Amino acid sequence: MIEFRNVHKIYEPGTHALNGVSLKIEDGEFVFLVGPSGSGKSTIIKILTAELMPTSGSVFVNGFTLEKIRRSAVPYMRRTLGVIFQDFRLIDNKTVYDNVSFAMRVIGASEKEIKKRVPYVLELVGLENKSRRLPHELSGGEQQRVAIARALVNNPNMIIADEPTGNLDPARSLEIMMLLEQINALGTTVMVVTHEKELVNRFTKRVIAIEEGKVISDGMDGYYAYEEE
Amino acid sequence: MKKNNIGYLLREGIRGIFLHGFMSFAAIWVTVACLIIMGTFGLVLFNLNEMIVELEQENPMLAYIDETYSEAEAKSVGSQINKIENVLNAEFVSREEAVEEFVDEQQDESLFDGLDPSTFRDRFVITLIDNSKMRETESAIRDIVGVADVTVHYEISEGFQTVQRILNIASFIIIAVLLVVSMLIISNTVKLAMYDRKEEIAIMKMVGATNGFIRWPFVVEGFVLGILASAIAFFLQWGLYNFLEVQIAAADSLELITIVPFVEVIEIVAAGYALVGFVVGVFGSVLSIRKFLQV
Repeated sequence: MIEFRNVHKIYEPGTHALNGVSLKIEDGEFVFLVGPSGSGKSTIIKILTAELMPTSGSVFVNGFTLEKIRRSAVPYMRRTLGVIFQDFRLIDNKTVYDNVSFAMRVIGASEKEIKKRVPYVLELVGLENKSRRLPHELSGGEQQRVAIARALVNNPNMIIADEPTGNLDPARSLEIMMLLEQINALGTTVMVVTHEKELVNRFTKRVIAIEEGKVISDGMDGYYAYEEE
Repeated sequence: MKKNNIGYLLREGIRGIFLHGFMSFAAIWVTVACLIIMGTFGLVLFNLNEMIVELEQENPMLAYIDETYSEAEAKSVGSQINKIENVLNAEFVSREEAVEEFVDEQQDESLFDGLDPSTFRDRFVITLIDNSKMRETESAIRDIVGVADVTVHYEISEGFQTVQRILNIASFIIIAVLLVVSMLIISNTVKLAMYDRKEEIAIMKMVGATNGFIRWPFVVEGFVLGILASAIAFFLQWGLYNFLEVQIAAADSLELITIVPFVEVIEIVAAGYALVGFVVGVFGSVLSIRKFLQV
């Protein structure tokens, strides 16, 4: 479960990135976070992952209270989240298998756990036959699947996808969204940050719209509700 | 740290060295260069120091024995001189030997033919353990019954002590400066290698690796680089030292310069290099990674 309570974020030169954001996402939900560039979407993600601290207000992430979190506890909070980026962020000189197993290694998983879990996750994202390939040998859609596998491998409570389809063509984009929907069906909370209206409209999901650092609409209409107003 | 991580962290650290081959190569040779400069300074200063100690011993203290004492009585005073704490050695020289030595030193020996030994006194040639305590030792020797007089050249010994003190301070400063310089260079070299792996570190942080876990492979890498560099520097220094020793011996026909053989200082040099390599490698990488962990 994640919750923002009246969160403000002011950057150094007096820029108000967030102006009192309050929102709550329960376990198992599938949520779109939408809004134009500069609306505060990226700030929300950075606060969720503890890259930034809120200037005021409270943030709760899977049992951690972020404004009070100790630096040494931050890695353990991050293990409850799986993050996916527009630019995939894979390690170029590691194979698909190693990119995914790397995420388990760095949190201290044993070889036995890795050998059991990685093939399962690769099969889930449909890459079981490409585990020995290097990222540059894969298409964009496949690379994003590797990133999703990496985000999933440590069994996080929640997946945060930051513009996951920004670099993909419409057909691949749809496949990725369907994969995220499938992951959500298996019980993981999913938050997709995007500004791709068509994609959002294809799914009937909760949509939280942000503009100028404020939540301007939050509903199950499955489209950019605020544009209708 | 969990047991199943240790192998991984070691492997990653060593893999890093090969992955960033050029950087590792540069880091090693920069450290080797600094170590050799430092080591050469240290060894030159060490040899100068040894030479000064040797020269100082050529300026001994002389204790003259009462001329009314027989030779046997005079010799017995030696045991009391040797009892004084700061005395390294007191060597007895009889009047006859003193006369001979004196005559030998003159240019025209015939002038002194038939010089009566009784005009000289029996004496002890005294070398001290610590020349800075010369004054206290002199008065202690004067207090011994049977010692008629003591001569000592304070100007010379104090001059040597001043030179020695300056050399020690200079060597300390030079070595400290070089140590800091090599650490900064290593730290910057490791920083460049790390910059190369910025993405990898960002991903590790994103998936929840602890700072300790991220730091370890780099510490292993720094350690291996530092130790490799110190091993190379040690053998190069050994070769350089022996080469210079032969060259100096060939050029110095008057034997004015004595060089301590390398085998006598081998343990100190090896231990010093290993320590410096370790410190520079490990702290160099720890210093540079701190910046990358502040996300």
